[in-house]
Amino acid sequence: MPDIKKLEQIASQVRRDIVRMVHGVQSGHPGGSLGCTEYLVALYFEIMEHRSQFNMDGQGEDLFFLSNGHISPVWYSVLARSGYFPAAELATFRKIDSRLQGHPATEEGLPGIRVASGSLGQGLSVALGAALGKKLNNDEKLVYSLHGDGELQEGQIWEAAMFAAHHKIDNIISVVDWNGQQIDGPTLEVMHLGDLRAKWEAFGWEVMDLPDGNNMEAVVDTLRYAQTLTGKGKPVMILMATVMGKGVDFMEGSHKWHGIAPSDEQLEKALTQLEETLGDY
Amino acid sequence: MKKFTYTEKKDTRSGFGVGLLEAGRSNPDVVGLCADLIGSLKMGDFKKEFPERFFQVGIAEANMMGLAAGLTIGGKIPFTGTFANFSTGRVYDQIRQSIAYSGKNVKICASHAGITLGEDGATHQILEDIGMMRMLPHMTVINPCDYNQTKAATLAIAEHTGPVYLRFGRPAVPIFTPSDQKFEIGKALLLNEGSDVSIFATGHLVWEAIEAGEKLAEAGIDVEIINIHTIKPLDEEAILDSVAKTRCVVTAEEHQMNGGLGDAIAQLLARKSPVPVEMVAVKDSFGESGKPAELMKKYGLSSVNIVEAVQNVLKRK
Repeated sequence: MPDIKKLEQIASQVRRDIVRMVHGVQSGHPGGSLGCTEYLVALYFEIMEHRSQFNMDGQGEDLFFLSNGHISPVWYSVLARSGYFPAAELATFRKIDSRLQGHPATEEGLPGIRVASGSLGQGLSVALGAALGKKLNNDEKLVYSLHGDGELQEGQIWEAAMFAAHHKIDNIISVVDWNGQQIDGPTLEVMHLGDLRAKWEAFGWEVMDLPDGNNMEAVVDTLRYAQTLTGKGKPVMILMATVMGKGVDFMEGSHKWHGIAPSDEQLEKALTQLEETLGDY
Repeated sequence: MKKFTYTEKKDTRSGFGVGLLEAGRSNPDVVGLCADLIGSLKMGDFKKEFPERFFQVGIAEANMMGLAAGLTIGGKIPFTGTFANFSTGRVYDQIRQSIAYSGKNVKICASHAGITLGEDGATHQILEDIGMMRMLPHMTVINPCDYNQTKAATLAIAEHTGPVYLRFGRPAVPIFTPSDQKFEIGKALLLNEGSDVSIFATGHLVWEAIEAGEKLAEAGIDVEIINIHTIKPLDEEAILDSVAKTRCVVTAEEHQMNGGLGDAIAQLLARKSPVPVEMVAVKDSFGESGKPAELMKKYGLSSVNIVEAVQNVLKRK
């Protein structure tokens, strides 16, 4: 049985890391990062079988690809907190000479990252390529990927969706972070995504709903169930509803916090809400 | 002028197809991806022999580039196949982020480059691809001259670690390089030694340079001809050694003058050894429909244009 309480404590620490990182450089994307914290913590601390010793080829272990690279703070924090690199390095986020680029990069060799992302819409194709590679290598482990909902406006996503079903790539579990927000406003106003469940099903995917992606127990249970759907000839998609800015009341649900940093005063407010449970970096 | 002969003409894309098949036989990590152009890219034999290592992607080039990047993560060596236009301009951002910036071992194999694609016209021709690819950090850019060299280059890039752009074409062109040649990435090939002018040519314009050299020899002009099959990394040493002797340059390529081989060499010479340069290339224009030979003539890419360029550059020497 997963220790949900322990996972929630880690999530709280990750959220503190996120607001500190973005505040420290006065730049970055806190809203989506805070919204996806439960998912990434559940993946790295409970769901994925992965080594903390990083290998680019990732054979014999589960792999994760972040397609919506702008929520790099949550990924960097989770990677550091699960042992890929020292947490102290989080303080270098977006600063000169750092391995923690604004958007994830492999060029400087940050352990845990296998492809650059940031220009949206490309991550599903890459994740599928890695999943194909696992099949060719007779590697039974799985590939996970995360996508923003706004990102689904990119056409390449649907090229990849079609390919995955056609080639029966059934060793992937993809997740859409359905927070309903993008930079210019709610997706309903900027570019309505329509019936996402029907769309993914029509493209030939096994689709699951996760109505509260900020409930740790629900996230873990849904991912565990999704694992049972793999290996059956279909790619698996989880439509995960989250709240942008979750955990910091003045950020919650507002697209305004997609890409701005908290002030000193706002940081203090945020940190008092995100009760400290483990040591800061 | 050394005598060059050929026994037959063949398309360079067929050299790619045969090279890919051989690379697949000797290395089980080689995989093929194609965006609905298996016949055009000559990937059919590879598909037939290695169906489990070949992926039909459909008309979805952006996805193909991402898939290729992902496949490298498990140690595969993906060769993507589509027309040069759809291998570069259409998917520039995918190549930039998921392949070049990410340092992935993807081989982007591009057929029907340049105007000699012919009758399909400007939408399917591309004259900017070398420029786009050589601007990308980490990218190796190769443009072989004939069937044999394309085959050798295909085998060589399978052994090379890192992203590569391999460019070839549709029409049949003379085969004049040996069938057992080794292809060394980044190493220019001296074809004819001469002292009056250096002709640096790439792709099937190398043969046009040879024909030009024969005509020029009759007029008593002693040309040095160098095959620049690798445009990036450029063999700076070979170019500068030749220029030190001849003190003037003609470049020849089936590409836009902006961004191509001529640009690369002019930039090198401006920094290290300024001498007069003339460029045989398409001059800020799209192509059009027509037979390859007609287009070569109309857009000034034939041996007569190289002869003219040599005469012009000698006046400026």
